[in-house]
Amino acid sequence: MATVPSDADLQTTPFYDCHLAAGARMVNFAGWNMPVNYGSQIEEHHTVRRDAGMFDVSHMCALDLTGPDAQTFLRHLLANDAARLTAPGKALYSCMLNENGGVIDDLIIYRFADDDFRIVVNAGTAEGDIAWMRSQIARRMANVSLVPRRDLAMLAVQGPTAVERACRALPALAKLQAANALPGTFFAVREGDWFYARTGYTGEDGLELTLPASEAAACWKALLDAGVRPCGLGARDTLRLEAGMNLYGQDMDTTTSPLDAGLAWTVWLKDEARDFVGKDALVAHAAPKAFLGLILEAPGVLRAHMKVRTAQGGEGLTTSGSFSPTLEKSIGFARLPAGTQAGEAVEVEIRGKWASARTVKLPFVRNGKALV
Amino acid sequence: MTNLIPEDLKYTESHEWVREDSEGVVFIGITDHAQEALGDLVFLELAEVGTRVKAGESCGTLESVKAASDLYSPVSGEVLEKNQAAIDEPASINSAPYDTWLLRVRLDQPGLEGLLSAASYADHAASD
Repeated sequence: MATVPSDADLQTTPFYDCHLAAGARMVNFAGWNMPVNYGSQIEEHHTVRRDAGMFDVSHMCALDLTGPDAQTFLRHLLANDAARLTAPGKALYSCMLNENGGVIDDLIIYRFADDDFRIVVNAGTAEGDIAWMRSQIARRMANVSLVPRRDLAMLAVQGPTAVERACRALPALAKLQAANALPGTFFAVREGDWFYARTGYTGEDGLELTLPASEAAACWKALLDAGVRPCGLGARDTLRLEAGMNLYGQDMDTTTSPLDAGLAWTVWLKDEARDFVGKDALVAHAAPKAFLGLILEAPGVLRAHMKVRTAQGGEGLTTSGSFSPTLEKSIGFARLPAGTQAGEAVEVEIRGKWASARTVKLPFVRNGKALV
Repeated sequence: MTNLIPEDLKYTESHEWVREDSEGVVFIGITDHAQEALGDLVFLELAEVGTRVKAGESCGTLESVKAASDLYSPVSGEVLEKNQAAIDEPASINSAPYDTWLLRVRLDQPGLEGLLSAASYADHAASD
């Protein structure tokens, strides 16, 4: 039997005291003591859709990959193609696959130069990712250096007023804005150990800040004073669900092909000369499953791992599900038989009863607006 | 735990409260500790009027944004009424847990023996 770690065994981030001061309800998330909410999760969700919220994401791990072979190595390591990044600071979302084409992790890379990249990976997978990368570096005899940056804190500031409020809070960012040097969407700029990225996991405009751990509390305070509201992992999950963004370990894992998880758009096969880990398995993968959104039309709430049946008698499974505060309905993602289309009536098994739902194209919500 | 636990109610270890309505009839709800742990409630599925519920057995499902959890009946009896206002507005449980009853039940046998006093429940909730 697995033992539940006590709070004392959990890792804490540089914002831990800030969370307690803000009245957070703390939970164990992938071995980290993290805030799930600071009161109402639904209010935190609306704040990000309408104004600005901040999320401690320091449990995720930043890695610096540098050296003459950095770009070549990433083109081999990842299913998306690092060579697509030509402009400095440009970001790319990718899966890192095993030889069977299963997803080891999903991550974001930022390119500063062909020999200088920043990678951000998930919390629960970070140790395994680093071991896998090191084994691939050794196997390829790549001339690169991989340095985990556990000395840094990370904070996502998200929402339609996030950039404006963050500029008010952070003079260095305001200076970048004044000089028209603020990063554009899906770009980042780096100044010393500060890193400003225009990325996120909510479907709203915003920033992901990386900064020295010693400056975390002051940054948090400045953002609070500028009217940015603390938001927990609970709201982060409903926001990403509405935004149609996958959650590693839930929507895909090492046994799932990205092609069965709605991530075909991140697999770059256009350069036929490029070989990458898992490519052969993906090319041989026939008839990928449909990965669609579900809107529950009956009363109840969708959760992960519920059975779905289509009008044609096909069977599938939900991978994520919750209540959408924006739509005020229950929504989820489902892996369904190949060929299932958006707009079909399906049924979902909830506590032994079949409830009606319909399939929709993802995302559900983008930039504060319902799309379904 | 600084939240006030009403003195005039009885409690279960699974965080339900019981309020006597009239002779042999009670209201059932969930405690402040329970609503806080569940988070924002969004959907309730409660035992139908006329069905029999048994002490310690499920008499409904409470769905929060986070998860689904069972409502366990503190008593044995027959469901007389379910609170339609709470079903229509589950968030009222979050804002006023002790004023938002869920089921009204006629007891099979009078008396609320075996349930916790406010003081015992406070100790239990503090160690939970």
